Amino acid sequence: MAEEVKLFRTWSSGYALRIVWALKLKGIEYETIFEDLTNKSPSLLQYNPIHGKVPVLVHDGKPVCESLVILEYVDETWKHNPLLPQDPYEKSMARFWANFGDDKLMKSIWQLFIAREKDQDVAAVEALENLKLVEEQLKGKKFFHGETVGYLDLAFGWFADFVSILEEIMSLKLVDGERFPHLSSWIQHFIDAPVIRDCWPPRDKMIIKFQVMRENYLAAATPK
Amino acid sequence: MATKPVKLLGFWDSPYVNRVQFALNLKSIDHEFIEENILSKSELLLRSNPVQKKIPVLIHGDEPICESLNIVQYIDEVWTDGPSILPSHPRDRAMSRFWAAYIDEKWLPLLWEVYEAKEEDSRTTLLEKVREGLVLLEAAFVKCSKGKAFFGGDSIGYLDIALGGCLGWLKGIEKLASVKLLDETKTPALLGWAETFCSNEAAKNVVPEPEKLNKCLKEFQAQAAAATK
Repeated sequence: MAEEVKLFRTWSSGYALRIVWALKLKGIEYETIFEDLTNKSPSLLQYNPIHGKVPVLVHDGKPVCESLVILEYVDETWKHNPLLPQDPYEKSMARFWANFGDDKLMKSIWQLFIAREKDQDVAAVEALENLKLVEEQLKGKKFFHGETVGYLDLAFGWFADFVSILEEIMSLKLVDGERFPHLSSWIQHFIDAPVIRDCWPPRDKMIIKFQVMRENYLAAATPK
Repeated sequence: MATKPVKLLGFWDSPYVNRVQFALNLKSIDHEFIEENILSKSELLLRSNPVQKKIPVLIHGDEPICESLNIVQYIDEVWTDGPSILPSHPRDRAMSRFWAAYIDEKWLPLLWEVYEAKEEDSRTTLLEKVREGLVLLEAAFVKCSKGKAFFGGDSIGYLDIALGGCLGWLKGIEKLASVKLLDETKTPALLGWAETFCSNEAAKNVVPEPEKLNKCLKEFQAQAAAATK
């Protein structure tokens, strides 16, 4: 019996991109539903009533929400080309660092991105500390998963793209090859990896989107 | 069958630590409980969890595993002899993980904020949010349990552990603020679940007594405040 797989996403969501990659890596056919988050579809709200967010994977009519939860669901449902390590300890490390990426790293990078000029140095300290921790994890490895892309690479995928966007908009170098040789190398390998490279959202559109977002944040933060 | 020694670094009043204790008890895993002083962290803790410097940390042999839900999954995946903690079907596993993430990101932090609230108004607002979350969790319980005693069905599962860990603070707040958060009208199923859970072998000597907990948290807050002056 043919399975029905749908993915609710937006064109730019890094969280949704994780699932796009996962489904492609597993060779799963699916239907894409693009959402406009300023005007959410009734279907999205029905499938994700708690958060109303993307991505949502709908498999044979049943929704799965939250990108890291969806990644594990995809890996457990379609067992070929495993994304997570098999060893329980390695698996727990992958989960730990994926959560670190979302909780600590993403927040600190974002804080730097929206910081006023006078606050940038302070914001950079935390971002750089977090980057150093991630750099350590990549020592001796081409990808977080090893020789091929896996769960943790997909979890950090947003970062590979966003770093260069931030650097262009802010005219600064955050991940330089000297301070972060492993992270720089990972970014290069990941951006061009098979399957991964076919899915990036249009860069010019991303630059405009984030430039506008940043301007709005800075304007809101400026004392009147 | 894993035979390396097991240590748990933690403190009895932490919901996150309680979760790990439930899992260890469910699987009948012999372990050493090393009590940590949060305001004066041990070398072992700082070495085992250098990234976050937080409890709980499970040390299995010489490998540290951090973050309560991560540890619970690790325990389930290593000790496969005992009862399963996560459900077997990927969809049910996803549902358990989704709600556990909801509890940790949206709901459990509210409980600590209640303890930290200085004014009556902010406390009242927070308590309302706690109740709203419980109504959502009530619906989740009805769906997941399918009429049985636990989120996991006939036996304690991942989501029982995730929410069960919060029962110490929840009951502590009910006592502190003289309110009912789990009640017969809005959350009857969860009210029943909480009682069943707390009297289960895996949980009964773990969930803290409200008075003892509140006294301990009050002392902690005072020490923490003094330490920052």
